Formats: sequence, C-alpha cells, structure tokens
Amino acid sequence: MSEEYERKTDRIASALGWASIGLGMVQLAAPGPITRLSGVDDSPLARGLVRFVGVRELFHAMVLLGSRRPAPWVWTRVAGDAMDLTTLGWAIANREGWRRRRVTAVTAAVAGLTAVDLYTAMRANRRRRGIQAPSVMSLHAAITVYRPRQEVYDFWHDFENLPRFMAHLESVETIGGGYSHWRASAPAGRCIEWDAEIVEDRPGELIAWRSTESAAVRNRGSVSFTDAPGGRGTEVRVEIEYDPPGGKVGLAFARLLGEHPEQQVRDDLRRFKQVMETGEVVRSEGSPEGIRALRQVMQRPAQPVR
Amino acid sequence: MKANCWMGRNTVEVREVPDPKILNARDAIIRITSAAICGSDLHLYDGFIPTMEKGDILGHEFMGEVVEVGREVSNLRVGDRVVVPFPIACGNCLACAHGMYSVCENSNPNAALAEKIMGHAPAGIFGYSHMLGGFPGGQAQYARVPFADVGPIKVQDDLPDEQVLFLSDIFPTGWMGAEMCDIKPGDVIAVWGGGPVGQFAIASAFLMGAERVICIDRFPYRLQIAARAGAETLDYEEVDIPDALRDMTAGRGPDACIDAVGMEAHYPIPAVQAYDRAKQATRMETDRPYALREAILACRNGGIVSVIGVYAGLVDKFPMGSFMNRALTMKTGQCHVQRYMEPLLGRIRNGDIDPSFVITHELRLEDAPRGYEMFKHKEDGCNKIVLKP
Repeated sequence: MSEEYERKTDRIASALGWASIGLGMVQLAAPGPITRLSGVDDSPLARGLVRFVGVRELFHAMVLLGSRRPAPWVWTRVAGDAMDLTTLGWAIANREGWRRRRVTAVTAAVAGLTAVDLYTAMRANRRRRGIQAPSVMSLHAAITVYRPRQEVYDFWHDFENLPRFMAHLESVETIGGGYSHWRASAPAGRCIEWDAEIVEDRPGELIAWRSTESAAVRNRGSVSFTDAPGGRGTEVRVEIEYDPPGGKVGLAFARLLGEHPEQQVRDDLRRFKQVMETGEVVRSEGSPEGIRALRQVMQRPAQPVR
Repeated sequence: MKANCWMGRNTVEVREVPDPKILNARDAIIRITSAAICGSDLHLYDGFIPTMEKGDILGHEFMGEVVEVGREVSNLRVGDRVVVPFPIACGNCLACAHGMYSVCENSNPNAALAEKIMGHAPAGIFGYSHMLGGFPGGQAQYARVPFADVGPIKVQDDLPDEQVLFLSDIFPTGWMGAEMCDIKPGDVIAVWGGGPVGQFAIASAFLMGAERVICIDRFPYRLQIAARAGAETLDYEEVDIPDALRDMTAGRGPDACIDAVGMEAHYPIPAVQAYDRAKQATRMETDRPYALREAILACRNGGIVSVIGVYAGLVDKFPMGSFMNRALTMKTGQCHVQRYMEPLLGRIRNGDIDPSFVITHELRLEDAPRGYEMFKHKEDGCNKIVLKP
C-alpha cells in the first residue's frame, strides 16, 4: 500500500478520535437530554448506560489520538458500535409510537457511523497485510564499555563467559572446532538446548555465530567491537535473530511477563559492562539478582536479604 | 537488627529486619555509629519521590565501624572507622574516571527504571528509592556498603562523629554548590534555602572568597545561623526577594545563585503556592520550583545558577526566556561526594570549619519517627538531627 493511502487512513482515524471526544463529553455532561432525544428516557437504566458509553468514547479518543499510527485502533470503535447497535435494537423491540421512531432514527445514525468505522478499520487491515510481517525476531542493542577493545573482545570470545552476564543462559560449553553447546531457560520455566557454531571471527572486531541445524529454536547472533571516540572505551553492538518459540503468541505472552526480548538484550549488555568494568554483576537488596527484567517491575523492599 | 523503614507517606517505623550480608566481593558491612536525617529524606517522607516500596530502609548520611569486608576489598580492615559517601560509585567506569561519581554507570541495578523517568540513569544512592538502585539506607544498626574499596573514607579517632559525619553528604554538597558558582573576587552569591545544605554552601562560598553572601529563607533560626556565618539575610515572607536583591546589588543582581531548596519549595503568595501544590498533588508536575524560578530571574546577566536542591521529575512554568536571553549558565548535580571527602576532611582537621555547628538534636535510632515529624514541621528549631543506633 502506498504511503499516501496509509496517511489518509490515519487522518480518518484521528478525525474519528475527535468525534469520540465530542460525543463522549456530551454523553457525560448531559445524559438526560441524550436519553430524551433518543426516546429511551422511560428506562431507568438509560442514563447510566449513556454515561458508560461516554466513558467508552473517551477511551476510543485516547487510544486513537494518543497513537502515532491510529488506524488499527479504529477496531475498538467498531466493537463499540456493535455493542451500541445491539442495545438500540433491543430498545426498538420494546417501544412503540414516537419513541420507537426516535430510537430507529438514532439507530440509523449509529449504523451510518458504523459504516465509516468499518471502512476505516478495513483500510487499516489492508495496510497491515500489505507489509511483509517478519518471520524472525530481530534484536539490536549497543553499549560502551570503558575497557580496551582487545580485552572486551577476548572476554566475549570465550563463550563460557556468556552466562555470567546473559541472564537466560544457564551454561555454554565449548566443544572445539568453533562449536559450542548452549543451555538456556525459556519463558514459563522451560529449558532449551542447542549447538552453535562460529561463522565469522575477526579478532578484536567481530564474532558471529549461529545455531546448527538440529536446534529447536533457530538463532544467530553477532557482536562487533569498535573503538569509542576519544578514548571512551569500546562500543559493543549486538545483533540477535531467532524464531521466537510459540511464534507471535509466545512473544506477546513473554512481553506480558515483563520479558521483553529487546529489554533483555539491553540488560544483558548492561551486566556485561558491569562485569568488564567492576568485575561482577552489581546487586542491590531491591534487585538481589542484579539487573533482571522481571525484578525491575517487582522490587523487593530495600532491606537485607535473609 | 533495627532499622528505620519507610512505610508509606508520612510514616516511618523502626522495625526488626535481617542483618545485612555481603552480596558482592567489593562490599563491606558497617556497624553504624551515627546517621543523620537529611532534608532530602523529607521528600521521601512526604511521598514525592516515585518508586518507593513499603519497608525500604532510609538514610544516606552515615558512618561507623567496618565489621566485615568482601574478598576484593583490600584497603579496609575490620575495625576501621569510616564515613560513607551517599552516592554509590564503582570507580571504574568513564564517569567515575572523570570524578563524576554521582552518575556512575554501574552502581544502579535498576537503571532501566530510572531511564524511563530520566532518559539516562544516575548512580545508585543509599536508601533513596528503587529507581536509584533499591539499596537499604543507613538509619539502621548495620549497612552493606557496595564498592567499599572506592567510597568510604577512613577517619582517625581524634575527630568526633559529629565533626566528620557530614562528609557523607551535606558538607560536600554545599561545597560543590559554591564551587559550581566559579567564585571570583568581588562576587555576590545568593543562596535560596538556609537549611543545613544552604548553611554549608554559605560557609563554602566565604571560604572560596565570595565578597558577600545573601541567604533567603523564612525560618528565624535558620536566618540566625546564616547571619552568624557572616551572610546577609532575607526573609521571603517579609520582603520581595527580586526587589531586595536588585537593591542590595545596585541593580546588577547576584553573580551566582544557589538553589538549595529543591522540589518542595514554598511561596509567600497563597494563590501561586496553591497553583503548584494542586498540580503536584494531581501529578501534573512533580516538583514545585519557586526557588529555581526566582533564582533564574534574580541572577545577573551572564551569571550562574547552581542547583543542589533535589528535583525528581518535571517542573512547570520554567522561565526559559529569561534564562536564554540573559546568557545564564546552570550547573547541577547530586554531589560527587567521593571527589571532595579527602580535601574537606583536611579543611576540618586544620580548623577551617567545624561542621558540627548544624546539629541541633541528637536522638536514639528508636526515636526516628519522632525525629522525622519534628524535622518536617521545624519544631523546636530543628535544624539537623543525628540518630544514634
């Protein structure tokens, strides 16, 4: 899909967001007049329901106007429309005369809005399908270590050192001939093992590795070392690619658990820096394991560990 | 052991907690002989610093005797008497190598939390929230001191605790506040906040050769202490500060202004105070920056604003136009205490200054909750409390 097409979809989506604000505020401020206008002021539930819908409209507005790419969020409005149409249909069935005519008119208006919402949401979907979804997870992170480049390279080159700062690695055994055996803990308490081989090794500059054919979770990675300018140490850049176990669902689940893969790699590098510069991973009583994604959100109190 | 724990807004309790143990090879365990309550502890007490957890041990100004050292600590022995600097610093990273200890790149295991709020993470600090590391503080019988081979300074027995304790924070902090003013002969320095840090800033500015120092506060006992140190004093509830400063400097404005107040400033005009209090209470801003606003507006063209009062997050109505158009410079930072301990110990030893002048109350550790209340409400002329575990 073209850029122009996407921008237009986003523009319609924000316009719908502004409409949500207007509607939501009116519904919250004056639920009485709204129920009379819609011919449902005979129901004791109506006022409360209108207020609830008002709050929901403000939620639509928040996600639509608070997003850089609002289009996919229009689906929240479509869901809201479905709810409104159901309620209104029920209201029509229970009314007669002028009340019934008013509810029908309001229903027609909501149906019109639903058509616009649906049109926009479909446009958003078309856009998403247009972009090739990557089949592998690709991560990137970088850090500056205040140690000489050769020393930083040498430490990383000994893969058996990796578990000292990569929180999810339990062990790495070098087998010889550029091969090594890796054991890692995976989300939900599982454990995975695989063999890896070094595919490129430029002393002091770069190490690249990949899992062998037998690996259950195929992965590859590289780390490059360059001099930071002006004697600031060594810039370390890591690229990691892997097929996330459980695919996108597994990934979303891991994120929910606070184990965002990108954050993990960043934390690994921070621990790497601590080990290189201070000799070990730094621990506090709030984070006794050292930097750990899960611990960042669920701290122990700052009291001695028993 | 007993420790003073943060239990929520306006509540601290002295509780029984486990004894600390070595977690890193460069740790030491200290038996604490004196610990002070800092004005910045009141920001925690008042509940304005994010990422506190119920049960956190408070206190970042403490000293004591080494009772255990990790295997990588070779410069300290059991029995050594040490003062501990409040920022935790590794001594190995680029920041430490340049003497910027309070922004050590390795000492904060919760750096990712701090990054969310501050962009980049500063160093860990004892007893000062989880975004600053989640380290227990020193208002306790014992404390674990990470990087004990870098931070603590050994002190001989001839100087009493009361004279050297404040090397841990407020003396170096006041000193750095004055140092950032780049004081030249003839300079007039204005200091907002006449609490202990302001008092040390005043003393330091005079030691650095300031011509005149003006102290701005509203509590009579603080203004008296400032006057005794040779400062001129202004009570902001009595006079209009910008006018008074313009008058005292014949229109120039102070050459440098020190903000030793920070995020919980007061303002004499109720409507303005209410405006910022309301925004702070609803978290639309975290900090009330009256002192900072006034310091910027009062400073002479091309002058320096030195900020040592603690700020946590966002301020509102920042006079950027004045700041930019009048070519001001702002210098800030949590104090790089490790940088100043040795030279300032020398100043104490040779009699340039006796830091014990700030102490008004000495309490048992068990009385910490009463101490916090007293200090917060400035009862009984409460200027500085030292706790004895």
